[in-house]
Amino acid sequence: MKKSSTGGNTAPLPVALGAWIALLFLHVPVLIILLYAFTTEEATYSFPPPGLTLRWIGITMGRTDFWQALQLSLRVAGIATLAALVLGTLAAAAVARSRFFGKEAVSFLLLLPLALPGIVTGIALRSAISLGNIPFSFWTIVIGHATFCVVVVYNNVVARLRRFGNSQVEASMDLGANGWQTFRYVIFPNIASALLAGGMLAFALSFDEVIVTTFTAGQQSTLPIWIFSQLVRPRDRPVTNVVAIVVILITFIPIVIAHRLTQESNE
Amino acid sequence: MSEFVIELVDVVKRFATPEGNEVTAVDHVSLQIRHGEFFSLLGPSGCGKTTSLRMIAGFEWPTSGEVLIDGKPMGRTPPFWRPVNTVFQSYALFQHMTVFQNVAFGLEMDKTPASEIKHRVGEALEMVKLSGMERRKPRQLSGGQQQRVALARALVKRPKVLLLDEPLGALDLKLRREMQIELKTLQEQVGITFIYVTHDQEEALTMSDRITVMNRGKALQTGSPVEIYERPNCRFVADFIGQANFFAGKMLAFDDQGARVAIPALQTELIGQPVGNLEPGQAVAVSIRPEKVRIAQEPAFGSNSVRGRVIHTTYIGSNTHVLLELAGGVRINAWEQNKISTLDPKAYFLPGQEIWANLFPENVLILPED
Ligand SMILES: Nc1ncnc2c1ncn2[C@@H]1O[C@H](COP(=O)(O)OP(=O)(O)OP(=O)(O)O)[C@@H](O)[C@H]1O
Ligand SMILES: [Mg+2]
Repeated sequence: MKKSSTGGNTAPLPVALGAWIALLFLHVPVLIILLYAFTTEEATYSFPPPGLTLRWIGITMGRTDFWQALQLSLRVAGIATLAALVLGTLAAAAVARSRFFGKEAVSFLLLLPLALPGIVTGIALRSAISLGNIPFSFWTIVIGHATFCVVVVYNNVVARLRRFGNSQVEASMDLGANGWQTFRYVIFPNIASALLAGGMLAFALSFDEVIVTTFTAGQQSTLPIWIFSQLVRPRDRPVTNVVAIVVILITFIPIVIAHRLTQESNE
Repeated sequence: MSEFVIELVDVVKRFATPEGNEVTAVDHVSLQIRHGEFFSLLGPSGCGKTTSLRMIAGFEWPTSGEVLIDGKPMGRTPPFWRPVNTVFQSYALFQHMTVFQNVAFGLEMDKTPASEIKHRVGEALEMVKLSGMERRKPRQLSGGQQQRVALARALVKRPKVLLLDEPLGALDLKLRREMQIELKTLQEQVGITFIYVTHDQEEALTMSDRITVMNRGKALQTGSPVEIYERPNCRFVADFIGQANFFAGKMLAFDDQGARVAIPALQTELIGQPVGNLEPGQAVAVSIRPEKVRIAQEPAFGSNSVRGRVIHTTYIGSNTHVLLELAGGVRINAWEQNKISTLDPKAYFLPGQEIWANLFPENVLILPED
């Protein structure tokens, strides 16, 4: 879509070199994972791999513990994202629409969980859950994930609402639309892409979350925790690499789409 | 059916500002607007016009007092239950909808059958001369066209009252003039009451049946354009509508031609028309409009005649603007109509010329000093 910048304006060699090194540094480990998902070795890795095989994919697919972890992660991410979409939108609407005392403080408090280290959120949640005598379960994981998912959605939606302004909302009410109809026909179409982008980002964040999950989970293993446990007790080591690829696919695609959506609406 | 379609009864609106103060945007305003009237709210920026309109539309609730529509007190009735529609200054068109969808929106909310919607939207777009643009998005229209969509969108609902908040404010002068005529014609055609907010006095005078002049949240005067212009009831109105010369004076006594006032600066007395309740001894503002000052070589019979000298003249085609200095160094403006076509410079007044300014008593207004 965008035209390339003016031709002949290439970066000087040291800068270009630096950029390439940074890119390699970031992405070579990912490439290694890709590569060793197909190695014929079982426990140790050597370079180059002695041979390539697709057998690990089959083995992974046959492991019920993998399927259970994947299913749990998808459900947690799905429900946490849904909750975040509802709560985040409501919070954004409250902050963007109204002029109430302490609005700035509320806005800041809403953003705080994203800035807090996950370990703090984790400890805090664990204490709160224990204090409340709530058994650690699927729902405690969802609650833990919802804390940062809400923020992501809120952040996206509130920015959009600010730009959207209030005049179209007033016009809608003036023309006979009640609150719900105004949301449905006027506000929603304008924040839909922000919601989708926020939702996808939230989903991706939840799907590979480890720290908060370790504090809020009971016996269950989400996919990232399952991978971690596999590394500690290696059995069919390349299986973890195959699973890592699954994680990459599931988190990477929504993030790319979310990025696209926010870019488009910013133009 | 109530005699008045809209009534404001002693309405006050206060806002808390972010700085922690309170502003009184609307200060004990009472208005009575008749069915089918073209009614304007006129006043300088910040005088409370938009706030008054928003209270009628239902976007704001009065701090005290009551808004009545068709005799019914509105209380806290939300906008979507009020039989009025608004044309916003910013147009506030739905950017994600086409022209057709914008205009159809209000009817859809009313659950009007689809076939009728199609028919009425077509009619409304024809009325504002936008037929054929149904499928455009607002951003693909010019400012004037967007303005028409906003108008069609509100009119299609056939409201009892149409509220218009400076609807022509964003248009250039030529388009503004055109739209003024179109709006007025449209209003006569559909017979809907228009409440029209503007800070442009010329616009208000040309379009309105009646005008309320506002300042600092107060409704100062309500009347027809002629009444407002010829009999302003206070100094602010005389000053805001058209131009006026003012002298500070003191009421002396009533007489058969009106009232006599002492003008210390001119070291003379003038006879003029008292407006409102004035008492002898009271400080007053005496006003006369520039086109009503008659310049002559001789004092005129039956007139307040004041000796003066021409300081400066400006020929502007239809008129010549003459700046006069009267006794005591008081300067006033006089506009002479150029009724005779001539190139002879002596036909026009020349700087330095000694003259008489004839201020006829019927043209001199005595107003309470605000
Ligand atoms: N929501 C609000 N909060 C605080 N003050 C307000 C609010 N709305 C209006 N005001 C104040 O009330 C006063 C009247 O505002 P209003 O918008 O009615 O003026 P206006 O006559 O429409 O002016 P303009 O011609 O500039 O549009 C102003 O002093 C304004 O600052
Ligand atoms: Mg205004």
